[in-house]
Amino acid sequence: MAEYQNIFTQVQVVAPLHDGIALPRGNAPRSGQPFLWHLLGRFGNAQIGPIYLGSLGVASLIFGLLAFWIMGFNMLASVNWDPIQFVRQLFWLSLEPPSAANGLGLAPLNEGGWWQIAGLFLTISLLLWWTRMYRRARELGMGTHVAWAFAAAIWLYLVLGFFRPLLQGHWGEAVPFGIFPHLDWTAAFSIRYGNLFYNPFHMLSIAFLYGSALLFAMHGATILAVSRYGGEREIEQIVDRGTASERAALFWRWTMGFNATMESIHRYAWWFAVLCPLTGGIGILLTGTVVDNWFLWAVKHGVAPGYPAIVPAVVDPAGL
Amino acid sequence: MAVLNFERKYRVRGGTLVGGDLFDFWVGPFYVGFFGVTTIFFAALGTMLILWGASQGPTWNLWQISIAPPDLSYGLALAPLMEGGLWQLITVCAIGAFVSWALREVEICRKLGIGLHVPFAFSVAIFAYVTLVVIRPVLLGAWGHGFPYGIISHLDWVSNTGYQYLHFHYNPAHMLAVSFFFATALALSLHGALVLSSVNPAKGETVRSPEHEDTFFRDAIGYSVGTLGIHRLGLFLALSAAFWSAVCIVISGPFWTRGWPEWWGWWLNLPIWSQWPLN
Repeated sequence: MAEYQNIFTQVQVVAPLHDGIALPRGNAPRSGQPFLWHLLGRFGNAQIGPIYLGSLGVASLIFGLLAFWIMGFNMLASVNWDPIQFVRQLFWLSLEPPSAANGLGLAPLNEGGWWQIAGLFLTISLLLWWTRMYRRARELGMGTHVAWAFAAAIWLYLVLGFFRPLLQGHWGEAVPFGIFPHLDWTAAFSIRYGNLFYNPFHMLSIAFLYGSALLFAMHGATILAVSRYGGEREIEQIVDRGTASERAALFWRWTMGFNATMESIHRYAWWFAVLCPLTGGIGILLTGTVVDNWFLWAVKHGVAPGYPAIVPAVVDPAGL
Repeated sequence: MAVLNFERKYRVRGGTLVGGDLFDFWVGPFYVGFFGVTTIFFAALGTMLILWGASQGPTWNLWQISIAPPDLSYGLALAPLMEGGLWQLITVCAIGAFVSWALREVEICRKLGIGLHVPFAFSVAIFAYVTLVVIRPVLLGAWGHGFPYGIISHLDWVSNTGYQYLHFHYNPAHMLAVSFFFATALALSLHGALVLSSVNPAKGETVRSPEHEDTFFRDAIGYSVGTLGIHRLGLFLALSAAFWSAVCIVISGPFWTRGWPEWWGWWLNLPIWSQWPLN
């Protein structure tokens, strides 16, 4: 049995470096001289590079780095430009959005204005990167599934930092930039709106998140298990089913009475992963805009049990 | 439909761990085996115990049905059925069913001549479950530290247990687990999308090759992990998510009893900068 257990690549085939499929006219040349890294080859492909930068990629990187620097320098300024305190307190440092009183207008730079600029640049960077992913797929004649999956993540990002604050009427509802501060925001957000665990879209999002881990464990393990039959050559197996696909399918059929196919497992994968931010974004968008307290909502709809009458009636703190 | 058109030649004898030929047969699409019998036994008994427990409870509301573990005062002893004993029996049944299922997967792998990656991966999930309902309660000295079996009640348990440590997001192992979960979803979306984009190419184009997949990813980020590597990566990320989830809860209580934000004090107080005040 030991020879069936594909864990790391034991024999590496060293072939000439591959520059990539020829690009159509109008594309920039690829950048970087590809090279091999043996240790990486034990795990996956050994070749690193080349990369296609292109104007979209360069523009996206510039806006992304600008956003990153604005956040970093604001944090540095918050510790009086002391580099030691900057490292010491880095996880606690924050670039906060404007206060609620500022409404939806532009804020003074040191009162949330920098947050607005950083958020705008980060958004531009992400949208440029989305366009780049779409373009790269099309230039190679491929489907655009990667770009649309990415769009689901951008949806969640925009709900958190743009759509929901817009509906609530001020940028103060948005998430701060910072390691611990964004965790604090998440906890405070959950408590303020009656515990997000009672939000059915949060439930769905978590289920798809755990489901994604379950699916990738199942799929990754299945393909590795049938790799001695060439199972990792999924495209070939999709268009011309071989014994690897058959054994992979029968494993699940015999285990749980049902199996995907080599193509359909990737549709399950795509949808599970995409539905995680998609449903999560819906849950966030409804919070505070449509539903003010998810616990009371859940009690009202018979999802959660109410508190026993040993304590006075629960008053929604938002109504005070 | 019980037998696929290519299935008959794979339905051969052998590969069992226990029982020889005795249980070496199929029922419809399902393989049985010795561990299929034990799975059915534990799963059926556990399900019936849950249903019976629900029938003795206050509600048939699917969201609110709950089988709670014993009160902390029972410690690590057996509790009366209606005071947590049922939870204890159901836990035994669940572990029995999960382990039987994993061993049945091993038998199926042996029969098909494939690697044991799936039962190994499943055993990590079982480990996470056992951590929650056995290892941590034993370390804390009471079965009452297990989580209740119910939809809303287990969410309440997670919420309450989290707030006992003030702010669970500051738990470093929880940070790792969440990061691995997010990374798994990201990698899964990219892998699913890449394969689908190759076999569902642009209009009028032929099906793409792994060279196109590698080229797409190198063009995008300068590296493509490859068709074999992505499955290693996905399995690693998913198992890491489950593993660190187990770690993050088992250290909460047995090894750290204060708020998790406080844990980070060691960083602020490192001797390289602890002589300066925090400003």
